[in-house]
Amino acid sequence: MEAPMSTSRSGAAAPAKSRRRLQPWEWAPYVFISPFFILFLCFGLFPLLFSVWLSFHSWDAATGLGGMVWVGIENYEFVLGDEWFHKSLFNTFWLAVASGLPQHLVAIPLAFFAHTYLAKYRNTVVGIYFLPFITSSVAIALVFNSLFSRDFGIVNLALTSIGNFEVAGIHPLAWLFPTSNIDWGQPQYTKPMIAFVVFWRYVGWNTVLYLSALQTIPNDLYEAATIDGASRRQQFWYITLPLLKPMMFLAVTMTIIGNLQLFEEPFIITGGTGGLDQAGKTAAMHMYNTAFVDSDFGTASAVAWVLFMLIALLTVVNNKVFSQKD
Amino acid sequence: MGVMIKRRVIAAAVVAGLCGSVANAATTVTVAAFPALDAAVKAAIPRYKKLHPDVEIKLVSLAYADHHVAMTTSLATGANLPDVMAVEVGFIGKFAESGGLEDLGKPPYNAWQYKDKFARFTVPQATGPNGSLAAIPVDIGPGTLLYRKDLMDKAGVTEADLTKSWESYIESGKKLKAATGAYLIASAADIKDIYIRSGLKDGEGVYFDKAGKSVVDSPRFVKAFELAKAAHTAGVDGKISAWSNEWAEGFKRGQIATQMMGAWLAGHLQNWLAPNTKGAWRAAQLPAGAFASWGGSFYAIPTKAAHKPEAWEFIKFLTLNKEMQIEAFRKLDAFPALIEAQNDPFIDQPIEFLGGQKARQLWKVAAEKIPAIDVDKYDSIAQEIVNAELEKVLEQNKDIPKALADAKALIERRARRR
Repeated sequence: MEAPMSTSRSGAAAPAKSRRRLQPWEWAPYVFISPFFILFLCFGLFPLLFSVWLSFHSWDAATGLGGMVWVGIENYEFVLGDEWFHKSLFNTFWLAVASGLPQHLVAIPLAFFAHTYLAKYRNTVVGIYFLPFITSSVAIALVFNSLFSRDFGIVNLALTSIGNFEVAGIHPLAWLFPTSNIDWGQPQYTKPMIAFVVFWRYVGWNTVLYLSALQTIPNDLYEAATIDGASRRQQFWYITLPLLKPMMFLAVTMTIIGNLQLFEEPFIITGGTGGLDQAGKTAAMHMYNTAFVDSDFGTASAVAWVLFMLIALLTVVNNKVFSQKD
Repeated sequence: MGVMIKRRVIAAAVVAGLCGSVANAATTVTVAAFPALDAAVKAAIPRYKKLHPDVEIKLVSLAYADHHVAMTTSLATGANLPDVMAVEVGFIGKFAESGGLEDLGKPPYNAWQYKDKFARFTVPQATGPNGSLAAIPVDIGPGTLLYRKDLMDKAGVTEADLTKSWESYIESGKKLKAATGAYLIASAADIKDIYIRSGLKDGEGVYFDKAGKSVVDSPRFVKAFELAKAAHTAGVDGKISAWSNEWAEGFKRGQIATQMMGAWLAGHLQNWLAPNTKGAWRAAQLPAGAFASWGGSFYAIPTKAAHKPEAWEFIKFLTLNKEMQIEAFRKLDAFPALIEAQNDPFIDQPIEFLGGQKARQLWKVAAEKIPAIDVDKYDSIAQEIVNAELEKVLEQNKDIPKALADAKALIERRARRR
């Protein structure tokens, strides 16, 4: 601290003299951390700021940068009043709840079960649940598309064979199960199907998160509770759940962010179109299609920022809910 | 001593070789294309090298959708642009209006002189709003009706029954369903798609008029929707969308008896969709005297390309050279846009997959009759909206005039920056 101060003072005293050369140990650290900043500037900050700038313009990308025309907040006005955007937002929230909530409702008991009852096979079981998370989403979409194929899929085959199960000339199960093939491409099935795939894919990931949190809860708490005569269920309610709260906050936040940006699964399952009646088109898909199908990059940027504000708002709400002291 | 000389000779040879290759590689023309068009470019490279040993051709090939996204971003930033850009017909309207492509109609290209050498509907597709010529056509997809002769025979349906009128086509579907259980058509939307393109005159657009006003509430669309609905009510459509698993399985198992699409579909059926149905198919013109085209590719030069003269030479070779076009026709079954190449004796060869029918003659006639429809950069948006409304008409019984009025409002809203 002392040495540089004195040199700068002497430098000020003799301005004609060239400034002292920086020593390698002084500049080297900045070189070492520079790759991150350079990459972040190029691929993080610049696109971010550019998309803000872009959201106030009308721009068909194929015209080149010269084709940008300032339109003020017109893009935002259009997006906020756009029926398709509303629909995609509704779909996004529907999917976020229908796929997000069960993820946690299943993952917490599952992690508790694996933690308490599975000693030897815990890692194997959790590994199996985790497998969908690391499977390529294209492979997942292919598998589900053939499972849910209308005329040749195994799901319809199973359902209709139960529905057509015959005893003495009557079909006792026909009232509950279909007797002819269901067209899973119809709009009323699109969202549940996507929600199921998302749930199936991320439940293992959340289980791993909760399991790791469970392992940090000290065992003496449970021992003390056992001595006091608390049952397993009471231990779960009064020890496990409260101590899981920080992890729940993290996991739920990640689910909210992930589900509101949901893109891959619905995009591949519906072939990029959002399905019949746009029933499976999420806000992120709407943004992509606005940019790359409709060539309207300005409006697409506005969609992105409206979406960002919504996600930020929900994260704040989530933060408030979980940080309440009780 | 001898060794020394040898070394010198080798060194000299190496240096000469290096110099030679440096001289040869003076210009490298980059071509960006997508499958299966890239195969035609690949086939052209060795032939072109013989004529122009001083030009290297570098081919960059991406999947269809990726290629057009990459070209859009390249045009946006003006970076990484190829010298020769392949463009599919679905994007040509958008790219031609962008101003990022050279006007090939002007000097030094003067391409208007070749206008009459190509199938007549192609050049207007590549013409921008201000009369610029943005690209040169290379291959086309004349529309055809492919049908299963064996299934039709079983149902007692003749080719004339299928093509006479749309009503007769749908009526044949009922007979077919009763006799064989097969669907007449995969998707009722196909009928709508062809009907809205039939009866158009040169210069008219499918979705928009000259002033850019949407015309989706015109009688042409009402009738198209009515026909699609009639087919759907008659139960002759499979509710199967093209390129899905059901579609491919439907062809393999003989569940789909007709398909209206580009003539190239016969090649897809033969190669992977349903090779087992060889000989069972026949080709006919589209019902009710309709003529339409499916797909088609073009070559363009970006305004910011590095080697424009060389790129133009190569494009001329790919599109105007008869031998080159015939080779692509014979090897890849890419129907040539160049009329001269359509006159090749290859046109008269029987197609085994179609039971020995000389179907290419039929497609050549179709290529002559396809109207020169005006393309608009909002066509793809309009198409998406019209399809969604048709879906509501078919599945939710939405009133047709109401559906078309809604479609019109939606299109005007999304085409707000015309």
